[in-house]
Amino acid sequence: MSHFIALYGKRLSSAIITHFWYVVISITIAFIIAFILGILLSRMPRRANLILPVISVFQTIPGIVFIGLLFLYNGMVPSTVVIALTIYAIFPILKNTYVGIINVSEDFKEAAKGCGMSPFQILMKVEVPLALPSIITGLRISTVYTVSWAVLAAMIGLGGLGELIYAGVSSNNNTLIIAGAIPAAIMALLFSLAIDLLRKALIPKQLRRDNK
Amino acid sequence: MIRFEHVSKRYGDSLVLDDLNLEIATGEFTVLIGPSGCGKTTTLKTINRLIEPDKGKIFIDDQDTSQIDKVKLRRSIGYVIQQIGLFPNMTVEQNISVVPKLLNYDKARCNEIVRELLALVNMPYEEYAHKYPSEMSGGQQQRIGVLRALAASPPIVLMDEPFGALDPMTRRILQDEVSKLQKKLNKTIVFVTHDMDEALNMADKIIFMNKGKIVQMAAPEEMLENPADDLIRSFMGKHSIDNESLPQTAADFMRSDIYSCYRNRGVREAIQQMARRKVDTLLVKNLDETYAGTVSIKNIRNHGKDMKTIEPLITQENAVSYVDEDAQVCFDKLLNGQDSYVVVLNHDQTIAGIVTKTSMAKSLADAVWGDSQ
Repeated sequence: MSHFIALYGKRLSSAIITHFWYVVISITIAFIIAFILGILLSRMPRRANLILPVISVFQTIPGIVFIGLLFLYNGMVPSTVVIALTIYAIFPILKNTYVGIINVSEDFKEAAKGCGMSPFQILMKVEVPLALPSIITGLRISTVYTVSWAVLAAMIGLGGLGELIYAGVSSNNNTLIIAGAIPAAIMALLFSLAIDLLRKALIPKQLRRDNK
Repeated sequence: MIRFEHVSKRYGDSLVLDDLNLEIATGEFTVLIGPSGCGKTTTLKTINRLIEPDKGKIFIDDQDTSQIDKVKLRRSIGYVIQQIGLFPNMTVEQNISVVPKLLNYDKARCNEIVRELLALVNMPYEEYAHKYPSEMSGGQQQRIGVLRALAASPPIVLMDEPFGALDPMTRRILQDEVSKLQKKLNKTIVFVTHDMDEALNMADKIIFMNKGKIVQMAAPEEMLENPADDLIRSFMGKHSIDNESLPQTAADFMRSDIYSCYRNRGVREAIQQMARRKVDTLLVKNLDETYAGTVSIKNIRNHGKDMKTIEPLITQENAVSYVDEDAQVCFDKLLNGQDSYVVVLNHDQTIAGIVTKTSMAKSLADAVWGDSQ
């Protein structure tokens, strides 16, 4: 073990840090875009029913193909990775935001309207809070996927935990493969836990019961 | 005062409100009632412009509501809907202070309002303020719904079947509470329901609607007495004092557990019977069971001491009716005459029973409260 750390420690820690930042940056951008887009789509549910399936088609393009294509256009820069991960992360959040808001009962919206809330106030005080459980579920799905997709960054030589895995695969070094895979799994778990804490902080427990 | 002037609303082919004209006085508890689809809820929602009429104008205190900003207008009018209306993501305190916050009241004032209102319905602040709607019973939730509507002290409160989802007991209690609150705070309340019980219990004025029009607008008493048409009468159901359909006869109200004796009985025996049964007259029948008349204790005392039988003391002055005679005619005989009861005979002249003032009172009670057995 100490031998391993002496040999790969530096490489591992820098890979973890790079990986972490890929995920955090991509998810942050993806969340902002998806959240706004989800709200916009919820204002026009008829068009959303056409737009959402089109976006979901992108999700079916293999990550490896997409990141490769983007590499050809954008070059070997970190933004290539971030753009690719962001695009993949958008859909689950977008879909859950949209569905969460659409499913808020008309009765609540009418009560809010009757109280004299403006459409924006209804959105921020009633619709978004009630859609929050669904939105956070989307965020968790995207985050966990992004941790694993970020491995692909190494494919175009841009670091992250994938670097260890690829190196391990090409040199037939199982220790290296595991050294990349285990931190990635742990990272996914930790992100998931962090989101759980966020959920507990944001949603009163009386609302959590019926919305997993 | 709320005033509708020629208000119409159309959804596709159906005319939901048909040239509606009405006035609701300040401080009055007005109930809109009618069959589903009659336009009562639409009428309510046009007041705070949740629904915009196609034609016509609505004035609140002589101000045309279409000229007031919608959002502002709604903040100045309380609104209560079925129990689902509380925001599940907010505590009781947050729910009640929704409108005050929209009006930018400061925190201290919001808190003061919440405390005052909770005290009004005897829900201790410490116990309830921080609960979420899902932690309370339907009745409690709806109390909060009412309080939320009152929070910014609006002069007008609209209620759209607020107690529809509650059990009858809770419903009754809340009706009484809201009536009390209304009197105490002197609010103008417009209340939609399809339950005539509720309307009669709460309203100063009932507006009965059908097919987008007002069929009748009257105080509960008057509507009970003179329902404008059969539809209203059927809504009143057990409440209406119904003197046209279902004519009732004397037989429906008579007591048949009566005492009688034959005309050849002795005076002493008759006195004993009266004493035993605590009555002051006896029905007397002939030997063939037909009605002979009555004998009273007064007659016996005045003349009967020396007589052997009651036969000479029998009088036929007591009012008589037949089983199939209209109950009203029978009651008239009872009320106009001196007698404490009317003898009801079968057509073969045998005694069927008697109608007393007690049976008459019971029949009135039935008509007013329904068949309480």
